[in-house]
Amino acid sequence: MSNPIIAENDFVVKFANVNGSGSASANELFAKSVLRMGVPIASRNIFPSNIQGLPTWYEVRISGGGWVGRRGGVDLMVAMNPETWAKDVASIDLGGYLFYDSSRPIPASEFCDGVTAIGMPLTEICNAAYKDPRQRQLFKNIIYVGALTSLLDMDITELEKLISEQFSKKAKLIPPNQKALHMGYDYAQEHLSGICGLSVKRSDAVGDRIFISGNDAAGLGCVYGGATVAAWYPITPSTSLAEAFGVHCKKHRVDAEAKKNKFAIIQAEDEIAAIGVVIGAGWNGARAFTATSGPGISLMQEFLGLAYFAEIPAVIFNVQRGGPSTGMPTRTQQSDILISAYASHGDTKHILLFPEDPRELFEFSAISFDLAERLQTPIFILEDLDIGMNDWLCEPLSWNDSQSYDRGKLMSHEDLEEGKLFGRYLDVDGDAIPYRTLPGTHPTKGAYFTRGTSRDRYAKYSEDGSVYGDNMQRLLRKLETAKKLLPAPIRKDAKHSTRHGAIYFGSTTSAMDEALDSLEKQGHYLNTLRLRAFPFSDEVVEFINAHDQVFIVEQNRDAQMRSLLVNECSIDPARFISILHYDGTPITARFLSSAIAELLAGHTPMTEIAK
Amino acid sequence: MTYITKPKMRHPSLKTNKLGFTHRDYEGSISTLCAGCGHDSISSAIIQACFELDIKPHRVAKLSGIGCSSKTPDYFLGQSHGFNSVHGRMPSVLTGANLANRDLIYMGVSGDGDSASIGFGQFVHCIRRDVNMVYITENNGVYGLTKGQFSATADKGSKSKVGGLNSDSPIDLVGIALLAGASFVARSFSGDKDQLVPLIMAAISHPGPAFLDIISPCVAFNNHAGSTKAYDFVRAHNEAVNRLDFVDTKAEITVNYAPGSVSEVMLHDGSQLRLAKLHADYNPNDRIGSLTYMLKRAEEGELVTGLIYLDPNASDMHANLNTAGSPLNALGKKELCPGAKALDAINANYR
Repeated sequence: MSNPIIAENDFVVKFANVNGSGSASANELFAKSVLRMGVPIASRNIFPSNIQGLPTWYEVRISGGGWVGRRGGVDLMVAMNPETWAKDVASIDLGGYLFYDSSRPIPASEFCDGVTAIGMPLTEICNAAYKDPRQRQLFKNIIYVGALTSLLDMDITELEKLISEQFSKKAKLIPPNQKALHMGYDYAQEHLSGICGLSVKRSDAVGDRIFISGNDAAGLGCVYGGATVAAWYPITPSTSLAEAFGVHCKKHRVDAEAKKNKFAIIQAEDEIAAIGVVIGAGWNGARAFTATSGPGISLMQEFLGLAYFAEIPAVIFNVQRGGPSTGMPTRTQQSDILISAYASHGDTKHILLFPEDPRELFEFSAISFDLAERLQTPIFILEDLDIGMNDWLCEPLSWNDSQSYDRGKLMSHEDLEEGKLFGRYLDVDGDAIPYRTLPGTHPTKGAYFTRGTSRDRYAKYSEDGSVYGDNMQRLLRKLETAKKLLPAPIRKDAKHSTRHGAIYFGSTTSAMDEALDSLEKQGHYLNTLRLRAFPFSDEVVEFINAHDQVFIVEQNRDAQMRSLLVNECSIDPARFISILHYDGTPITARFLSSAIAELLAGHTPMTEIAK
Repeated sequence: MTYITKPKMRHPSLKTNKLGFTHRDYEGSISTLCAGCGHDSISSAIIQACFELDIKPHRVAKLSGIGCSSKTPDYFLGQSHGFNSVHGRMPSVLTGANLANRDLIYMGVSGDGDSASIGFGQFVHCIRRDVNMVYITENNGVYGLTKGQFSATADKGSKSKVGGLNSDSPIDLVGIALLAGASFVARSFSGDKDQLVPLIMAAISHPGPAFLDIISPCVAFNNHAGSTKAYDFVRAHNEAVNRLDFVDTKAEITVNYAPGSVSEVMLHDGSQLRLAKLHADYNPNDRIGSLTYMLKRAEEGELVTGLIYLDPNASDMHANLNTAGSPLNALGKKELCPGAKALDAINANYR
């Protein structure tokens, strides 16, 4: 029998619920109350593709140390779903706790040695207090949150305040919720005190950080970045991005006097039409984007080739989920890297951005419109369900008022009037980016015909092989220009010199930071490089070449980023060791540190052998 | 062919319009389509309509999909921006372009393969979205560029050039447009310029989705006996329900009509349509009646042409979306970005 875990501000609480039962808002209430006590958290919603009746989990990682990634393991399971009971109980760490509804007797065989069971007759208490079935269901959730407040020694006034804030527009709901909260709290104070060794202690480690989902931040980033046209088709996990854009536009983009919208949102008939609208708007000079996920990217392929070849600005959010096919629509992955990088038939190559969290996603969303117009090509923002649909604790969003929008190489009426030479596909200054004109600019100059067919530097139809080749080479050179404009990778060197490197990107970052810290404590040192964009800059190649072996962490089966690096940077595949996590749940720090530690233990670098 | 540059010479006696432009200023490159192609007649009708309406060519955006018909925007309005997009997807590209700048005239040119098959969904959806545009299908019942396969508008039982019989039911794009809520629906024939030009003029002036289905025979693959899209067949079965005159309010009325047979419809921009009724009982403001009449006549083997339906109270996508009066593509950071101070307040909401 192991000792019960004793931990303050460093543990994981997991809620196992049935979806559609109102548990989500109660669980979020709990999460926010920890934040209000000044203790950082990382929350993850693990939910089914369903509206009501299937198992759903919500994980709150409480981390006084400020780690905002997923840790792995469970210290306290709030087991509210009989259907997943066995699996939930088995997932609790040795010495952990099981909080359950003891209204009905549960045979001893259903429990687990080494886990402290904390029973509370929730249904009984609830049924005695409420008659309406819906009320019983909803308040049961609040009652267990009240009980947790007591078990974890939390400040109940923070919960009271949150309830008042949450229902400020429906004030009559405040007293019954407060009552339910106290019902649970009082019971636990009286019957369960001293059982649980986990506690939340007030701290000031949250600072000015905010708690926001990636899709919300991205929608706001599009407002800040000057997007005026959005076209989309509903698909999990990207839907909330388009909806967030709408919400933020209603607040910030309605002309106060004229009451007119300085934005247009089209819910298209499918993803093909969505990207078509974006391309039409981009061609005509509006900043436009679409938000989708893997299946949508598959549908958009033909249009993406057109946008690449005809050089039309577009911004595409790919909120990645588990594939292939319908795959795991409500689970996370980083498995659309290759389909995005090489989207469409023929020789294509696209710009990808990999944000680490909602804050960076906000920043990338805003700058992506500058990049799209400057480079006249589609920009993909590869986020994922983990970033997009979970609330993350991150640094506040920031904006520099002095920076203006970069509309790129746009030839104006005046330019044309002055007689400036216009060739739509003519590279006049060596950056491989041609000038464009917008429809309606000048009565007699600057009109051209846009097509996906081969044409010469002056946009004239041509099937001449050398003309085609010339254009294709310029498109490649344009990506060289892009490398200088894209967010640079971030390198962090270990305290001690090492021949081992690690490459990672996107939502892996927070878990990786924690894993590196723990590896360092075990005496394993790694230099790291966080990729933020494709095409890869020279720094990426330099980093790989500076290490004997490079771990590369990805949330997909096929090591897609590794393929991209091998292919694009002509690197010997043997230099890479892949660490892959693709079960649909967000990657954890524990998984990473043990995977890397094991690999390091069994591995002798070539240079050491030489010595 | 495209390698021939059109001579820029202009005959001094060429008529000019109010902008001082001649007919030649509305032309494009030389067509690469087959001699006698109906599509070239349509391009020429578009040129004439724009000339007559004194349209500034650069204020028109021409969009198309893929196919013979979709090549034609290159052959008219050489001073307009054109966009030859993806097969069947012109409607979405046009919708996006229109969202970006509501001040231009949008002309979408498509074909029966483009609109009735691969792009059927987009065709319907851009109409139901009330996009202010002229949407022309150059309808010949075959796939020309791929050499003569039946398209979805080919009539059941019609014969292909190599003798095959079409066993599938046709899609009537006019009927579909009516059902999808188009506020201007017309059908015409590429061989009837007198009917076609005023219809195009009226369609351009219409402030909403204006759909024009133009039967345009394919001389290479669908102009034989047994085809219902051949010149001879269309001429023999064309039943015009009305004759249209597009009347610039300032122009003198010169045509005489029998009393009681003419109705006038005021358009949004102040110009008028004068409609000479060829069928006393046909009312082009009645969507259901129009649809019923057209279906009945189709059953009898007749092709109803003319202005089939007009909703004088048409609305458009921008009105539906309540978008700003100035084009979205003209708004800058000042109008669009809430700024750093607003972001501080937003951040506070997430704590």
